[in-house]
Amino acid sequence: MNSQTKLRDPTAESSPVRRARLTPPSSLDGKTVALMDIGKSRGAEFIDRLEGHFKKAGVATRRYAKPTNTKVAPTALMQQIAAENQLAVIALSD
Amino acid sequence: MPDTLLPRDGLVIVAKRDCPTCVLVEPVMQSLDRAGPLAVVSQDDPTFPSGVRSVLYDDALERSFRLNIEAVPTLIRFKDGREVERTVGWQRQEWMRLAGDAAEGKGLPDWQPGCGSKSVEPGMHEALIARYGDPGLKSREIAVGNWDDPMEACFERGWTDGLPVVPPTDERILRMLGGTERKPDEVVGLIPPNLAPCTVEKVAINAVMAGCKPEYMPVVLGVLEAALDPLFVLHGLLCTTHFSGPLVIINGPAAKAIGMNSGVNALGQGNRANATIGRALQLIVRNVGGGLPGAIDRATLGNPGKYTFCFAEDESDPDWEPLSVRRGIAPGKSAVTLFHGEGVHGFIDQKSRTPEELVRSLAMGLFGVGHPKLCDAGNAVLVLTPEHYKIFKDGGWNRRRIEDELFQALKRPGRDLVWGAQNVAEGLPPKYADLVVDKFQPMPDGVLIVRAGGEAGLFSAIIGGWPGQRVREECQAVTREIRP
Repeated sequence: MNSQTKLRDPTAESSPVRRARLTPPSSLDGKTVALMDIGKSRGAEFIDRLEGHFKKAGVATRRYAKPTNTKVAPTALMQQIAAENQLAVIALSD
Repeated sequence: MPDTLLPRDGLVIVAKRDCPTCVLVEPVMQSLDRAGPLAVVSQDDPTFPSGVRSVLYDDALERSFRLNIEAVPTLIRFKDGREVERTVGWQRQEWMRLAGDAAEGKGLPDWQPGCGSKSVEPGMHEALIARYGDPGLKSREIAVGNWDDPMEACFERGWTDGLPVVPPTDERILRMLGGTERKPDEVVGLIPPNLAPCTVEKVAINAVMAGCKPEYMPVVLGVLEAALDPLFVLHGLLCTTHFSGPLVIINGPAAKAIGMNSGVNALGQGNRANATIGRALQLIVRNVGGGLPGAIDRATLGNPGKYTFCFAEDESDPDWEPLSVRRGIAPGKSAVTLFHGEGVHGFIDQKSRTPEELVRSLAMGLFGVGHPKLCDAGNAVLVLTPEHYKIFKDGGWNRRRIEDELFQALKRPGRDLVWGAQNVAEGLPPKYADLVVDKFQPMPDGVLIVRAGGEAGLFSAIIGGWPGQRVREECQAVTREIRP
């Protein structure tokens, strides 16, 4: 699909055209944060620093990594992250 | 018309090779080109006509659309960028009046009608309005990115019931609006739960998404109007924890005209009109009214009919009084009946041979609606199939007789139904112990009998109603005539 498509809104148009972002959680208590390394150079260093900060704050974390930085994460990996965590940090670096 | 599309002065002929009259006048076009200036707008072949210097290939039909061409060939004279006059088809005198002696066409007949322009072929006009004109739609535009799939974009915006929808493009919406004479900005009603105004245009958008054809529009509008009748209590039906959702039954010529199924597998899948009309109602409630499952829709389990639940009555037997007629609509008129239906409960009886046996048997099945010990906790639809109906017909029973006998057969002594009776806690309060209790409300509201189904099978179907129907004055099935 390489041409722009224009659709008409089927709703009562009571919400903005742009989809609202999810509201950030009011607290990290009891939550687990996924730390996802997308595989770019020095991304792991950034994740390490974040992990240290979360640890100091008493927030549980889990580490994940994409098999390659050139492609989107496999569906199974995204499902695993969603199943095991409530929040995710996807780390970019360069 | 953008200046670059056509010459400002001289003659323009719109033609296509697929038109015998255009081919006939090819020598005239060559003659006019020699007399010049001439431009031929060719709809289907850049090499037609031969021997003409300026052939403007109009494969996108933009020129034809902007010139409002209905038939070809059309000869137009322009002066200072404005059309001065035109003639359609081949008429020697007219062509010569517009273009002079070079248009004589020696040897040709004096007159020959043209052919339809490609720009007015079915569906094409709406596509061209969407592309080059003003569609006149008021709903806001949602742009989908160059590399995004429009169908996925609909999912991401929460516009679907879980199944894919047809992306509502201007072209499709305009075609859908062509199915009704009602104006796009007419407000049909306020859709619960948000009581949002719903225009004919919003109905058309959701009908497109549901997969409707334009000719379904009068039925979809009729269904929506019936659903918005206060007696139907759509808001309550939407937010109930019960299973029920809107069940749509169509009667009359409209059902036949759009090819609805009242026969084999009438309650099942496979018929576009049945499937998409019921779905359009659900999408309107979801998208315009904001009735989302898990939000205002608090159904404990729901039922698969909440995707769509719509069928037509079999009116092939002239002895049978159709449901709509029984409910006050004049014979021969199209109508919609909306009922608060839960799922389909199959009823098997392959042994009854007389109306008396069958009506008692059906009453046993119907007593199970809601709970065998509950009465007046919702009404029911009874879908009589041909083989079961034949038993009644052969016994000389018509609709009214079936209803009367069924109502009598659905009475029970209260002592069998009160709390704790038959060692079952559920049931009626003790005050009913000394009474004879009716399972449903009086006919025809208590059991809506409708004929449908395939020729083979001594089965019928029971569709339970909604406990909200227990106060008859407040909540009932609704039957409305469908406006053309």
